Amino acid sequence: MSTRLATGGRFLNRGRQVTFRFNGKYLKGFEGDTLASALLANDQMLMGRSFKYHRPRGVVASGAEEPNALVGLGKGARFEPNQRVTTTELFDGLQAESQNHWPSLDYDIGAVNTYLSRFLPAGFYYKMFLYPRAFWKHVYEPFIRMSAGLGKAPKDADADRYEHFNAAVDVLVIGGGVAGLQAALVAGRAGARVLVVEQTAHWGGRALVDGGTVDGQPVDTWIATVVSELETMSNVTLRLRCMGAGVYDHGYVLGYERLRDHAPDMDGPRHRLWKIRARQIVTATGAIERPLSFAGNDVPGVMLAGAVRDYAVNWGVSIGDRVVIATNNDDAYRTAITLKAMGLHVPVILDARAGGGGALADQARALGIRVENGKAIAKVKGGKRVTGVAICAQAGEGAVLEEIACDAVAMSGGWSPVVHLWSHCGGKLIWDADQAMFRPDPDRAPTGADGGAMVIAAGAANGALDLGAALADAHQAGKAAATATGHATKPGQAPKAEDVAQAPIAPVWMMPQGASYALRAKSWLDFQNDVKVSDVQLAAQEGFTSVEHAKRYTTLGMATDQGKLSNINGLATLAKSLNTDIPSVGTTTFRPPYTPISMGAIAGEARGDIFQPLRRTPLHDWHATNGAFWEPVGHWRRPYCYLRPGESQHDAVAREVKQTRASLGLLDASTLGKLVVKGPDAGRFLDMLYTNMMSTLPVGKCRYGLMCSENGFLIDDGVVARMSEDTWLCHTTTGGADRIHAHMEEWLQTEWWDWQVYVANVTEQYAQFAVVGPNARKVLEKLGGMDVSKDTLPFMQWAEGTLAGIPARVFRISFSGELSYEIAVPASHGRPFWERLMAEGAEFGAMPYGTEALHVMRAEKGFIMIGDETDGTVIPQDLGLGWAISKKKADYIGKRGQERSHMVDPNRWQLVGLETLDGSTLPDGAYALADGTNANGQRKTQGRVTSTYYSPTLGRGIAMGLVLNGPARMGEVISFGKTDGTDVKARIVDQVFYDKDGEKQNV
Amino acid sequence: MSEPFSALNGASFQGLVTLRDCGPTGMITLRGDLAAPAMAQALDKVMGLPLPAPRRIVAQADGTRQVAWMSPDELLLILPYEQVADALAAVDAALAGTHHLAENVSDARALIAVTGPDAAMREVLAKLAPVDLHPDHFPQGEIRRTRLAQVAAAFWITQAGQAHVICFRSVAHYVFDLLSAAADPAAAVEYFG
Repeated sequence: MSTRLATGGRFLNRGRQVTFRFNGKYLKGFEGDTLASALLANDQMLMGRSFKYHRPRGVVASGAEEPNALVGLGKGARFEPNQRVTTTELFDGLQAESQNHWPSLDYDIGAVNTYLSRFLPAGFYYKMFLYPRAFWKHVYEPFIRMSAGLGKAPKDADADRYEHFNAAVDVLVIGGGVAGLQAALVAGRAGARVLVVEQTAHWGGRALVDGGTVDGQPVDTWIATVVSELETMSNVTLRLRCMGAGVYDHGYVLGYERLRDHAPDMDGPRHRLWKIRARQIVTATGAIERPLSFAGNDVPGVMLAGAVRDYAVNWGVSIGDRVVIATNNDDAYRTAITLKAMGLHVPVILDARAGGGGALADQARALGIRVENGKAIAKVKGGKRVTGVAICAQAGEGAVLEEIACDAVAMSGGWSPVVHLWSHCGGKLIWDADQAMFRPDPDRAPTGADGGAMVIAAGAANGALDLGAALADAHQAGKAAATATGHATKPGQAPKAEDVAQAPIAPVWMMPQGASYALRAKSWLDFQNDVKVSDVQLAAQEGFTSVEHAKRYTTLGMATDQGKLSNINGLATLAKSLNTDIPSVGTTTFRPPYTPISMGAIAGEARGDIFQPLRRTPLHDWHATNGAFWEPVGHWRRPYCYLRPGESQHDAVAREVKQTRASLGLLDASTLGKLVVKGPDAGRFLDMLYTNMMSTLPVGKCRYGLMCSENGFLIDDGVVARMSEDTWLCHTTTGGADRIHAHMEEWLQTEWWDWQVYVANVTEQYAQFAVVGPNARKVLEKLGGMDVSKDTLPFMQWAEGTLAGIPARVFRISFSGELSYEIAVPASHGRPFWERLMAEGAEFGAMPYGTEALHVMRAEKGFIMIGDETDGTVIPQDLGLGWAISKKKADYIGKRGQERSHMVDPNRWQLVGLETLDGSTLPDGAYALADGTNANGQRKTQGRVTSTYYSPTLGRGIAMGLVLNGPARMGEVISFGKTDGTDVKARIVDQVFYDKDGEKQNV
Repeated sequence: MSEPFSALNGASFQGLVTLRDCGPTGMITLRGDLAAPAMAQALDKVMGLPLPAPRRIVAQADGTRQVAWMSPDELLLILPYEQVADALAAVDAALAGTHHLAENVSDARALIAVTGPDAAMREVLAKLAPVDLHPDHFPQGEIRRTRLAQVAAAFWITQAGQAHVICFRSVAHYVFDLLSAAADPAAAVEYFG
């Protein structure tokens, strides 16, 4: 039985009872409990099932390292799987469900796997699922999918909000135990900007449980004094419930602050991701206790000795009346002494060291506790709960000397410094054989932008496990961090603490040392993923000698806890199997985050309306209130068409096209890119950027131009207008505005840095509208202010003036084949100007038209569209645009690319028009079929559709496509394959379907 | 001529800080050789202000005219909306014969004032921009071209407890919504004091 003790529990507020639910059952705890301590207080030791064998699992640790006790937390839109009960603070109304079992936690069918365990060895998946091949899809994959994963994925959208916060500090201290506090104190007193983050809800770390005196006062008094001094410093910030999640290049650190996990009814964001830029980082992250590898070490009730002590001291919870202790070091004696002082029984301490322990062992003996040196656990008895242990000699093979009844086992295999954050960005480790641990190598710290060390490990995280040693180490770390950031430290000694003399730890990687196969096959290394000593040995035997390979082959350390408990034991086992030493096996790579962080915290504010920027033209709201059916174009939203009540999109597009061709249509073209290029070398620059000549364009005229990449592929097109002697205005595609601006700047900054050219992106300065149709001129004349007649403003010219009292540039250009003007007015006047156009155009039936009508009309005219006719593999020559490529110029970007053999291959597919014989509209992207099949048995092709529309003007489908030798095959009928397996016949025709001579636009 | 519409059309929001659309504001992008004496003379003549140092912004006492350093060859002139045409002509005249570019970008931008307790104002911006907003590091007179979440923006502190944010016109609503979310009264960080 685990139960709540009558007294004790320094985190508890016994005055405030809290009700929560576990697997539907109502239970009670106290304010200050974790879910783990509250479950234990209710004798709920069984908390989950392991991944592979579905073995019963109880809590084994008391902190972030917990591998076993994971639950699904919350309901509906607040459900989250795989939450560690040890780091979940209890609150009123908490709901938790255990995981990975069916039908119930107590009776799990999947537990049959444990009896099949000899058939499920390391690498089982790799070995089993290879053959027969046909089984993969129908047998193996469904089986693996069914058994994969621990918790269930949430089904509903997350109800909570999240945010980011950027902070820059001189010194970031990760960990708020005594070492972190001391380092912060030294750096803070020196005047450095300091941020201290602590992942739990309490300052002081383990020191409060382990006790001791600092400078003559109890350690808890010392901690309270230091925290209150730090709180008064304006240059120091303290954050609880904030974990240092990852250390990255140049002192960039992610902090994960859990604001409302303990109080979900509070307003505000749930988590905050801190993006910290620190000049120096002190990792005071403490140490994690290692399990011992003995048979049955996974039975619920076997826990880490430090955790047993934590539950007793912090939460007043006893995990059993009779606790057997197994250890290879002195620290576990503290657990025995603590339990004894609380009136609980410790039947025996099994110390694997033949020589036994030091002063703490003497103290335990003096309390009347039986201590057996050189003894080990042969096996733990019990299934869902410990019922006893069989004792053997550590030196032997496991012959049982004695059986002792007990309710729990507290084990300690020594302590491993938490080196994760030190290691994230390249900090190296050394194997400290005396302490049997990897600890940071101070000579090989992670380095920052200046090449100097940017991380300093302090306290237990640096291998200084004892209180006095940790404080002295942290004092130095604080000084070093302050000095490195240019702050002179105040004189002062490290606080003094008396450390108890301890006997050295003995490395014990297997218990007993000569354990038989049967025992090794029940000695767990990775509790969550069910990796045992025998599995790692098998991996070594099968040739997986690299620790990284052995990890992936056995899944050791690949569970959600990322091997916090299992790694060192696993690699020690591997080293022994390979008959080598631990440092030459090395560790696996430590990667951020330290423990899993929520996806919401990573996304931050980016959800709902602010998931992505939505770019709006000055007419956005007008479009919205006038029936716009939106189409995303980059981050813009543009009307695809304007729907009238009861109208389909198809009908709306047809109506818009017909109206525009017959009378007057208006288009919001504001998203079109507008780049001003100015300077003495601007003409020369544009001649390099465009395939044709721009330097010769007279002031006041417009010219269509093509831009290619260095490889010759078409990347953008648009109309260029010469504004003045040294200034050009380049129109780009909507998607090209930022990209082409960057393209221009790149060439100017990297290649032609000595050319005198400036570029400015003025895309958003102007609202730009196309006024299109036979009545376009009439409506502009009604607005008044400029002469837009054929003679004054002919096709492909522009003029500046005032229209309807608003300053305007009028470009006489056409993408529709109709009489057309594009008018640019200051964006702030865009909407009034548009409304005037609509009002004055009413007598001509003026209608706004959307992007689809725009596309249809340009396709009827055979105009190409970047992104339809081009896909990054198309050169202008493929599109019959040779006329837009200057033969006179010595060079332009893409010229050499276009001369390469593959680019001048006469068999490149060429642009043609396509007309189906039955008048239907070809499917977009359909391939033109050729005879025969290729080496893969696929049908050969001879072309593809690039644009295809129903033309309301012609009453039939029209298309453009790239076809092998297309222009030479006019009139030929070819077939296009459809996705339903049938095909459709189309005739190769000229791509200009409408007004071939351009009479309509030139009036 | 119709009255100009700013993208946010007078929007405001109240939370940890107050957000306010500053309305149509004159802005001129000026590119040229910042080290040339003609540049300093032009600024003095047109704006009555000196050349700002890198990452700095200079302002007239009443705040109506400001010049911000934007890059090694780019400045932003800020002035009343209706004065832009004259100022552009004056800049072009003052820099005639030297290679430069001056463009009216008044309508291409949005200007938002973030007002409130100084610490809260810094905190709201620090949620969205990778900038050290500590008062020692980002005092009045500094300007940062940076990003707010996913879009380009710039901001500077006009006086204790007030920052001005500029962004592109098309994303004005996005930026306003971002700042509003960051200014949620329940989301105070309490980091800057």
